[in-house]
Amino acid sequence: MRDMKAFFLHLAVLAALLAALPLLSAYHVTNVAKIMVLAVYAMGYNIAFGYTGLLSLGHALFFAAGLYAAGMGISQFGLGSAGALVAGPVAGGLIAAAVGLLALRTAGVAFMIVTLMFAQAGYLTVLYFVRYTRGDEGIVLDRAARMLGGVDLSGDTPRYLLAFALFAVALLVNLALVRSPFGRVMIAMRENEARSRMLGYNPYTVKLTALVVSGVYAGAAGAAYAVLFGYVGASLASVQYSILPLLYVLLGGAGTVLGPLLGALLMFYLIDYASSATSAYQFIVGAVLVVLVLFAPKGILGTLRERGLRWLP
Amino acid sequence: MSNKMTMPTRRSVLSGMAAGGALLATGLTPRFVQAQSSAPIKLGFQLHRTGIGAAYGRWYERTATAALKVLNDQGGIGGRPVEIVFEDDGTDPARGAEVFGKLATQANCDLVYGALFSHVVVGTAPRAAELKVPYLVCSEGHHVASGMLNRWTLQPGITDVKSQVQSMAPWVTQNLGKKVTMVFPDYAFGHDHRDFFTAAVQAQGGEVIRQIAIPPTETSFTRYFPQIPADTEVLYHVMVGPAVLTFVKELGEFYGTGDRPQIFGFIDSLEAVNIASPGLEFLEGTHFWEGHNRNKQADASEAETFYRTAVGVDDTGASVSDANEVSTYAHMFSAWETLFTIKDAMEAAGYQGPADRQKFVEALEAMTSFAEGNDHPQGDLSFNGKTHQAFGHQNISKVEGGKLIRVHRTSLEDGYYPDEVDYTTQSF
Amino acid sequence: MSLGSIFLLALLEGLVSASVLALTASGLSLVFGIMRVVNVAHGEFFMLGAVIAWFVSHWVGGPPAVAFVLALGVAPLVVGGIAALADTLVLKRLNYEPEATIVATIGLLYILQQGALSLFGPNALPVPAPFDLRLQLIGFGYSGYKLAVIAAAVVILLSLWLILTHTRIGLVMRATQIDRNTARAFGINVDRVYAMVFAMGAGLAAIAAVLIVPIQQAHYLMGADPLLLSFSVVIIGGLGSLRGTVVAALLIGMVDQVIPIFLPVVLPDYGAYFTPTLAKILATLVVALVLVFRPQGLFGKRHA
Repeated sequence: MRDMKAFFLHLAVLAALLAALPLLSAYHVTNVAKIMVLAVYAMGYNIAFGYTGLLSLGHALFFAAGLYAAGMGISQFGLGSAGALVAGPVAGGLIAAAVGLLALRTAGVAFMIVTLMFAQAGYLTVLYFVRYTRGDEGIVLDRAARMLGGVDLSGDTPRYLLAFALFAVALLVNLALVRSPFGRVMIAMRENEARSRMLGYNPYTVKLTALVVSGVYAGAAGAAYAVLFGYVGASLASVQYSILPLLYVLLGGAGTVLGPLLGALLMFYLIDYASSATSAYQFIVGAVLVVLVLFAPKGILGTLRERGLRWLP
Repeated sequence: MSNKMTMPTRRSVLSGMAAGGALLATGLTPRFVQAQSSAPIKLGFQLHRTGIGAAYGRWYERTATAALKVLNDQGGIGGRPVEIVFEDDGTDPARGAEVFGKLATQANCDLVYGALFSHVVVGTAPRAAELKVPYLVCSEGHHVASGMLNRWTLQPGITDVKSQVQSMAPWVTQNLGKKVTMVFPDYAFGHDHRDFFTAAVQAQGGEVIRQIAIPPTETSFTRYFPQIPADTEVLYHVMVGPAVLTFVKELGEFYGTGDRPQIFGFIDSLEAVNIASPGLEFLEGTHFWEGHNRNKQADASEAETFYRTAVGVDDTGASVSDANEVSTYAHMFSAWETLFTIKDAMEAAGYQGPADRQKFVEALEAMTSFAEGNDHPQGDLSFNGKTHQAFGHQNISKVEGGKLIRVHRTSLEDGYYPDEVDYTTQSF
Repeated sequence: MSLGSIFLLALLEGLVSASVLALTASGLSLVFGIMRVVNVAHGEFFMLGAVIAWFVSHWVGGPPAVAFVLALGVAPLVVGGIAALADTLVLKRLNYEPEATIVATIGLLYILQQGALSLFGPNALPVPAPFDLRLQLIGFGYSGYKLAVIAAAVVILLSLWLILTHTRIGLVMRATQIDRNTARAFGINVDRVYAMVFAMGAGLAAIAAVLIVPIQQAHYLMGADPLLLSFSVVIIGGLGSLRGTVVAALLIGMVDQVIPIFLPVVLPDYGAYFTPTLAKILATLVVALVLVFRPQGLFGKRHA
């Protein structure tokens, strides 16, 4: 019963996103498309952080892996959009595996710093290979290369639909994952590692698997970003892009499936609105964050779940 | 803040009602053409109000606002008043693209202009092409002329870095020395300097003996200076961002009063910085590239005086209200001149509304030169419609008595190079 | 320049940045060690200190030394006050939940950054050094003030150590760190201790900034670097160990300064590839690997 309720809630959210397409103005269509891509990234982050308890500050590396695998694949190796969209998650997963093999020797704040440093090294690497990446300035992907099955992905509607498709798959996989036995082990790892170890689970393997899944999500989002928005630059690999998904997840509610979308949506429009309404927009954004966290310390959905909506996954 | 800067003329006040109606009706029916033609023309301005470009942004905003007042006092564009909608892009490429969409589709701007930082320009240009809205950048990057952008992106108000650098090389090698060491930031903008200047120096029979690339995350620089070879005749420096003052001060500390090579810098290293700041005394006698002379020169034109007064900048390049607030004088003229070029191109295109955006681009592409005058106080420019790039005069100044005094002004031809793209063959 | 001079220069520069880093990070270490709070706004406290130093030097006439000494007193007080306020109004109400405090301090970061931008503008703000002394070392000139920064940092860190180990306040702080419930049972006002620790942490960052600002102007975006570096230093040093923090600051300061300058000079033939940026990548990875193979940090206890 609970399961059905949750399942229908998520279907309803997906339906609402699809139904919104004809209702939104061109500006908001592009925004929501971008928000869905960023939400996929944040969902990946949530799998590592919200469910498994891995506080990473290095996810920009996985996002950038997908972004550059797609971007360089298209611009340097003549990959098509479809190939780029496959290369992204693969790259994200591989890099996450490599980082995880080393960084998961640590835990807690040490893990946070190790991932931060790996990501910083990655960011500098993008700058180092400026000849190919154009560093901070970045590269533009040719419009002709941004086609998928004869559809021009730079058009508002196709872009929205592809972002939606990616988001829908990511959401449903996320939902299935956290309800699977493995999902329960992930949560057990977050709640009490010592006890799960006694029950026969290997924390290292469980965490590594979660991190790789997380990296696949981030890489897929990065590749989608490149293909849908046509720009690949170093600022998307900077530490800011490690903090963003953390913020989205914490705002929406860590360990909730819909939290990342809610957080991304909220943050995006908060900045968008505040920067039009005042010349000191960071004041508003900062104040709203502080007030929100005072009233909903576990994030919006996390707090709702505590106060009654116990069935929320 | 969507800072709507409208300078209402009598005419626009009278036609206020009609204008409001026309805005709603834009593109709906040709019967409104008559009314539409008196509605304000709306220009979006992508402003670096926050982020690392903020020091430039505030001056770009002032310059554009001043230019707008002059333009509206003259009767606007094609008799219609003009508005500028400013929107902060945080000096961030991702936000830049979003802001572009907001200006073009939410605020219904006819076109968007104003971006300076290269990564914002490159990040935004694809969106301009998607929306088919003209995007006029004031960036001095080589991105437009290199062919990496698109038909909708143009740079008619400032010379690109390749041209600037190339036109500097002959004077530097003939007057300062032939063995050059370059210090530049290790990212795309710095690499453009490195590659184009190195090639230009070689063409002059000189040699770049060492290239010192400084990581962009750096905040102190002293430890890089020992890499400058002792036989360096000219030290060429260009830095951008908040750390520039540290860079120049540390350079002064390093050389002290002892022997030093000739120093040639791009004024980017000192934009928005008072050259009389403590620790900068050693700059006396060194040379700078300036896009536009910060200190008013003895032979300044009337247009120059007019421009300074309108923007509110004194003879030393500082704000008239606060002598400590130094402008980004060498670059910000582009926010002024681009506005008047927009006017010329719109009038040439017979621009009526968003449906004429393509005609606007074609009219601009057909232009070949902009004459010196109040519209172009920095000097005359030529414009290459194929590469979408303007070419202006560059200045070399020497610091004398704490002032930047021009010692050389390049010709337009000094900055020409073979076309790398022909945008006019690309589809819209 | 001879190799020796280059090495000396790199060493001095490394020491300067290590001293300032040690001060900033010791502030974070207090907060992190005692309160277990991940304070994302720590870099902004640093920035505020620098901006206040500019404000003081700008509005107080007279010789730069007077304004500088004044700033050294005013900046930590003001910044500490703001921090104590933030602690009482926000962090305490969140019960120092790690996740909620991250969001709250990110909010604080936005507010403080905007405050500095709105009040003081986007330009780099120069502050004159309290004295002007240029030392001629072998083959290069060096600022005497930079040497004074090193000395000042040593004095402040020693005082901090004395306070922590030899005063009642220090004892109370350590007791709270070990077990806040027991401390409360012994009549310690934990709320007040936390507010004080948070203020002290911020004040240390502000002092570090005042010291550095004559070398590196005040700017509203200057907080990001010190924040990331301080976090690394605190974790690598080992949580709650002041000694570890100082050693790690020296290590990171040196690695960060010496490698990018020294290797390209030693290997000039590979100059085109061995750029400072590559050196920075390697230096970052080296530090990360230290932590991978010693997760508790250099001076931390296992399972601390």
